[in-house]
Amino acid sequence: MDTPVLIEIKNLKTHFFLDEGTVQAVNGVDFTIHQHKTLCVVGESGCGKSVTARSILQIVDQPGRIVEGEILYHRPDRLSGVGLSEGLPSSNGADGSSSTEIIDLAALDPRGREIREIRGQDISMIFQEPMTSLSPIHTVGNQITEAIKLHTDMLDDEADEHAIELLRRVGIPRPAERLDTYPFELSGGMRQRVMIAMALSCNPALLIADEPTTAVDVTTQAQILELLEELQDDFGMAIMLITHDLGVVAEMADDVVVMYLGQVAERGDVESIFHDPKHPYTQALLKSIPRLGVSRTLQRLDSIRGMVPDPYNRPTGCMFGPRCDHFMPGRCDAINPPAIQLGDGREVHCLLYEDE
Amino acid sequence: MSAQQTNGSQRSTSANGSAAADNVLLDVKNLQKWFPITAGFFRRTIGHVKAVDDISFQVLQGETVGLVGESGCGKTTAGRCILRAYDLTGGQILFQDHDGKMVDLGPLNNNEMKPYRQQVRMIFQDPFNSLNPRMPVIDIVGDPLKINNVAAGKELEDRVASLLARVGLRPEYMRRYPHAFSGGERQRIGIARALALDPRLVVADEAVSALDVSVRAQILNLIKDLQEEFNLTYLFVSHDLSVIEYICDRVVVMYVGKIVEVAETEELFAQPFHPYTEALLSAVPNPDPRMRQQKSRIVLEGDVADPANPPSGCYFHPRCRYVQDQCSLETPELREIAPGHYAACHFAEELTLTGVTASGELG
Repeated sequence: MDTPVLIEIKNLKTHFFLDEGTVQAVNGVDFTIHQHKTLCVVGESGCGKSVTARSILQIVDQPGRIVEGEILYHRPDRLSGVGLSEGLPSSNGADGSSSTEIIDLAALDPRGREIREIRGQDISMIFQEPMTSLSPIHTVGNQITEAIKLHTDMLDDEADEHAIELLRRVGIPRPAERLDTYPFELSGGMRQRVMIAMALSCNPALLIADEPTTAVDVTTQAQILELLEELQDDFGMAIMLITHDLGVVAEMADDVVVMYLGQVAERGDVESIFHDPKHPYTQALLKSIPRLGVSRTLQRLDSIRGMVPDPYNRPTGCMFGPRCDHFMPGRCDAINPPAIQLGDGREVHCLLYEDE
Repeated sequence: MSAQQTNGSQRSTSANGSAAADNVLLDVKNLQKWFPITAGFFRRTIGHVKAVDDISFQVLQGETVGLVGESGCGKTTAGRCILRAYDLTGGQILFQDHDGKMVDLGPLNNNEMKPYRQQVRMIFQDPFNSLNPRMPVIDIVGDPLKINNVAAGKELEDRVASLLARVGLRPEYMRRYPHAFSGGERQRIGIARALALDPRLVVADEAVSALDVSVRAQILNLIKDLQEEFNLTYLFVSHDLSVIEYICDRVVVMYVGKIVEVAETEELFAQPFHPYTEALLSAVPNPDPRMRQQKSRIVLEGDVADPANPPSGCYFHPRCRYVQDQCSLETPELREIAPGHYAACHFAEELTLTGVTASGELG
């Protein structure tokens, strides 16, 4: 059932060294991303989900840096040296591609040649706010072909041709004309499509989408999510989707990682996370969202008391301890819960499950 | 999972909206707000963005009305017109004064508006930009009291302290500046400021959109509790249908400056009469992976129409699944399809649209 491993993150720690102290934005995170699968990382703001994604590409903003851990990228065969001349969409050898090369991305120099080759080609990223992540002074065509020309030996004409094909694929009407437009001439949904076209221009093995639909409307969100699913079928890339919206997770994910304050609270397949959540945080989170069709009969929503602690004053022991209903004094505030395997790839960081 | 409590008694009052005239707190009639588009050296007006184009609805005493739609549909502009943050292009905003008389807020100037600004208050979306970073909390919450000569000195301090306590903040923190608070706490400060003058109508513009899931539930509960305690009436502007469903008694759905549907929450969600409402409801992701296969999501083609250059006839017709010839020719009026349920669609009676049933429940 499981496809080969693509990315393996082991004990990743990314810290920010500020004057006020050290922010442990990501503090010991483990998870794996499988080929052709969608992994959703869910959590509230400040839980480190974006920093984790940025760590994979080594684009953590200063003064942050990876202080510990490994990000093992199992480079699929097809990417070593294969050009894109056959055009797209191709299934790019989805089956049977055994990984040969294992690269530790965390060990690479953030400014080095190796990581720059991986960015945009093997792993690409789309961001939350399409207006600020596109250059306002370059045309759409310019921005898409830049990545193509950088990573392949296509000529200008071929790159343009390829860009038009990509724009058509992501559902932009009259793609040939759109090549010469500037981002401000496009609507939010269209801009996000341009971002996706750009990210897919080199057939990446992994697409990291950092809150891709947070800034757009529900109907546009439905369009974008549908598009991502279609493209995944066509291009066969893995998607790492970062979101705070549990509805999006339920619609998109194969596997889910729930993060809280720089650590993984729980991970598993989407079905069990939603229908049999183990960690008290996941349980509380699922109860606190208003649900269409259900919430109108509710008098009150269940909410999690308190708030996410200040990053400089992290609690001792379990990060969720101070807000947890199952808090065990003397244990939860003393021991940082280790990963407890529950079988079927499920893992929970909570002392409640220690005996199992 | 949780006890089903009916709040039917509260809702039945709002069922026959127009009938109970003395109960109407706010009566918006044919409200228009057009923004001019200028061009050239002399800033000649070459067109108008019809942000709000001829909308009418009522808000009854003590109810929560939701104003829902996508960005650019004019919901925020409508909210701001009611606060008179904008001058109107046309129409009336009738507000029930303390003595029961309906006053048109539309033509009032700033001085004449002043007494009503105490009664109509606003909660803003962004808890970071809506609080002055150079003012301590006591000034942010206390300034409305000071300006309107409601309280001063020690009394002001006591009032602020009790307001802060009421919204769940510690009164000792009143000398702190906004940067010392988290997003949820700042939103509580914004709510305390809105409540400082005992308002009768509160316009909440995307009040919980910027908040995290766990904090959002806290603030939604707080907003609900305060309504009971202070007998508040809310106009709740939001794009989030699940939040609207939880908090509102009645819902007004807008599309490109016009109202497409008005109904009680339960009815609107169970049985929408406008294709746009149906599409909007189906676009909301369901937080249940088991529903993934069963649900046929309606994905709308294209983008929201340009309010400066709207399509002919029904504004929704280029994206509508049920479009017919008549739709591009005639503009549909907002009509009463069922008691208290209005929709602006030529074929509202003929179409069988799907709403949301209580199927999203967790097993």
